[in-house]
Amino acid sequence: MSSSHSGSRRDFLKGSLSGAAWLCAGGAAAIAEPVAVGAKSRVVVARDAQLRGGGSTVEFGRMAALLDHAMVALTGRKSSVDAWKHLFRPGETVGLKVNTLGGRGISTNVQLVAAVCGRLQEVGIRAGDIVVWDRDSEELERAGFHLAEGGDRVQCFGTDRVGYEPELSAWGSVGSRLSKILTERCNALINLPVLKDHDGAGVTIALKNMYGVINNPNKYHPNGCDPFVADLNMLPEIHSRLRLTICDATTAMYEGGPGYKPEHSWNANAVLVSTDSVALDQTGWQMIERKRAEKGLKTLEAEGRPPRYIATAADAAHRLGTNDPRKISVVET
Amino acid sequence: MSCSSNFLDAQKGAKGPLDRRLFLKCALGAGAALGMSATAEPASGMPSGGTSGSGEDARYVAEARFYQKLANRKIKCQLCPRACTVGDRERGYCGVRENRGGVYYTLVHSRVAAAHVDPIEKKPLFHYLPGTVAFSLGTAGCNVNCKFCQNWELSQSRPEQIPAQYAPPRRVAELAQEYHCPTIAYTYNEPVIFAEYLMDTADAGHAAGIRSIVVSNGYMQPESLKAAYGKMDAVKIDLKSYAEPFYHNVVSGQLKPVLETLVTLRKMGKWTEIVYLVLPTLNDSDAEFRGLAKWIKANLGADVPLHFTQYHPEYLLKNLPITPVSTLERAHAIAEAEGLHYVYIGNVPGHPAQNTYCPKCRKMLVERVGFTASKVLIHKNKCPYCQQPIPGVWNA
Repeated sequence: MSSSHSGSRRDFLKGSLSGAAWLCAGGAAAIAEPVAVGAKSRVVVARDAQLRGGGSTVEFGRMAALLDHAMVALTGRKSSVDAWKHLFRPGETVGLKVNTLGGRGISTNVQLVAAVCGRLQEVGIRAGDIVVWDRDSEELERAGFHLAEGGDRVQCFGTDRVGYEPELSAWGSVGSRLSKILTERCNALINLPVLKDHDGAGVTIALKNMYGVINNPNKYHPNGCDPFVADLNMLPEIHSRLRLTICDATTAMYEGGPGYKPEHSWNANAVLVSTDSVALDQTGWQMIERKRAEKGLKTLEAEGRPPRYIATAADAAHRLGTNDPRKISVVET
Repeated sequence: MSCSSNFLDAQKGAKGPLDRRLFLKCALGAGAALGMSATAEPASGMPSGGTSGSGEDARYVAEARFYQKLANRKIKCQLCPRACTVGDRERGYCGVRENRGGVYYTLVHSRVAAAHVDPIEKKPLFHYLPGTVAFSLGTAGCNVNCKFCQNWELSQSRPEQIPAQYAPPRRVAELAQEYHCPTIAYTYNEPVIFAEYLMDTADAGHAAGIRSIVVSNGYMQPESLKAAYGKMDAVKIDLKSYAEPFYHNVVSGQLKPVLETLVTLRKMGKWTEIVYLVLPTLNDSDAEFRGLAKWIKANLGADVPLHFTQYHPEYLLKNLPITPVSTLERAHAIAEAEGLHYVYIGNVPGHPAQNTYCPKCRKMLVERVGFTASKVLIHKNKCPYCQQPIPGVWNA
C-alpha cells in the first residue's frame, strides 16, 4: 500500500501558523540550513581529557568551555556568543530534547544542559522560554535533572505532564502523535542525544533520539529501525524546528545498549556538534566502531545490525543530511 | 547558570478501583453508541483526564508469563510471532511489556482503559448467547499496527498515555454479575498483549459463574494461544486478509500464524467466528474472497460463521471510500457459493444478511436489529421448521 506523506489539512494549517510565528520572531532564513564548508557538512568533535578534573563528575566550568570551543569551531564565529547568535534569536522558545533513558550512568549530562541554557540566555532568550525535556519526568529526575514548571526559570519536565497531540502526524512509514512540548512550547529545537550502541538499531545518537518525541516508539524498532528513524525525522513539526545537535559523549557505550552497561562504556570526554544530524550520526557511529575494534569486537555490520537508517536519512527521498564521508568535514579539537 | 528549580509531585493520573459509579459512566457511553455504529467508542465513557503518570504504578505491574531470559539482561518474548528480543529498559512492540533488569513485566494487569456493557452481537458473536450483554474491557497497546484501526487511540498508545482504572480480576467478575452480564469480553485493543490479566480474569469469572469471550487478531504463538485462549468460552478472530502481502504492508503482521491459530482453536473445540473487514481495492478481489471461503470450509468446516464488515476511513488509511454494500454482497455471494452456511454482512444496519437463516430450509431463525437479536427462533439448537441442527451456543 502507499504511504501517507503528510498530515491532515488541519495539521498543515497548524504547521503553517507555527512557521509564520517563527518567522515573525526574527529567525533568519538561513538558520535551518546546515553550516557547510563548501559542499561539506561540518561535525565538530571537541574533547577535553580533563573534563572530570581529578574526579568522576564532569566539571561545569570545563564543560562550558568545551561547549564554547565547539560552537566557535562549528560556526566559524569569533566568540561563543556570536556563534549562538548565529543560530538563535531573542524571543524564540527553545526546546532542549535530552536523552535520559540510561539513568545517571549514560544520560545527557546536566552540566552540559546547564551550559547550553546559560548561553541561550546570554543571547537574549528568556529562561522561561527554554524547556529541557524528555518523554518522562521520572526519567529526567533519575538522570539528575530538577523538574521545574512555571515561573520565569528554565522549564524542565517530561511529556507525561502535558501529553501528546490528539492528531496524528504522518510521513512514510510513520504515523505518530507528537509531544505537546514540541508542538506547543518550542519553535526551535536543540537535540542533545548521547552516544550509544543499540542492540536493534546498531547505534542510537541524534536521529534516533527523536523516538522520545512520539507516543509510539515501540512500533518503530523492527528492521533495525529502518526506515522508521528517517521517516520520523521528516515530520515537519520536527524537521522545521531542529536547529542544532549537541551530542553528549562524555560517557559513551560501544556495546550492550541502550540500557546502561558500565562494563561496555568509556569516558570519551567529548561533545559532537553539528547542524547536520545525519553527518553527526555517521561520525558518531565511526567513533563507536573504532572503540569496538579496540576492544576486539566485531563491526556492527558483521553482527548483523549496522545502522542502515543513517543512509536512509541521507537518501534522495529524505535528504536530511549527508552520510558520505567525502562530504563531511570532521573538525577535531 | 543552571536549570535548577523546585521538584514537583508526580501527577499520577491513575484512579482507584473501577467502581459502580464509574461503571455507570462507562455504561452510558456504551448506550450512546448503541444502534449508531459498529465501531467501538471504548474511551467515550471514561472520565476525561491527561496522561496517567509514568507507568510505574505497581498495581498494574506483574511479571510476564511468556518469555525467555537471555544473556546481557535481554529477554525474548514468547507471546506472539513477533518474538521481540527486548533489551534492558526497553519495551516490546506492543508497548505494554517492559524489560527491567532482565525480567519482563506486563504493565497492564488490571489496568482497564475502556469498559462498556455491550450487546454480544457487537463483538460480533452471532451464534453465542444471542441477545445477551457482555462486560467488555480493554487496555492500551497492540501487537500489530493496522493502518485502518478503528480504535487506534487506544491500541497504538502506551498504557501511561491513556487514563485508566484499576480493575482487578475479582472486581471485574463482580461487576459482570451486578450488571447481569453472562460473559466478560476482552476486546477494544488486542487481548493477546494482556494475556496474564485475561487469564486471571477468566478464572475469577468462571469461579463466579461468568464466561469469557475474546475478540482477537489471533496473532499468537501456539503455546500462549493454548494457555490463554484455553480459558475462553468463545473466540472471535479478525482475519484481516487472505493474502500475506496485505498482512505485511497494512497490518505489520503475518497471515500464516493467524490461520494456524484458527486451526488450533478448531482442534481445541472453541466456538469461533471470523470477521473479515473489507477494504476497497486492498482485500476485496473475487479471488481473495473465494480463496478465503475455500480455506475455511476445508480447514474449519462450513459451519463457522463468517462476517464481512464494512470499512470506514480511520487512522492512517483515510484515502479509501467506505466499502460499498455491493462489494459486501459480492463477498457474501461468493462465500455462500463456496458452501459456507453462515455468512453475514456487518456494519450495515438493516441489511437482511445480518440475520441467521437455516442453511437447509432458508427460513429466518434469528432476526437482528442494530446490535440486538430481536427474535431468536432456534429451539434446542435446531431449526424449528425443518429440525436442521444449527451450530452455536444458543442458551446459557
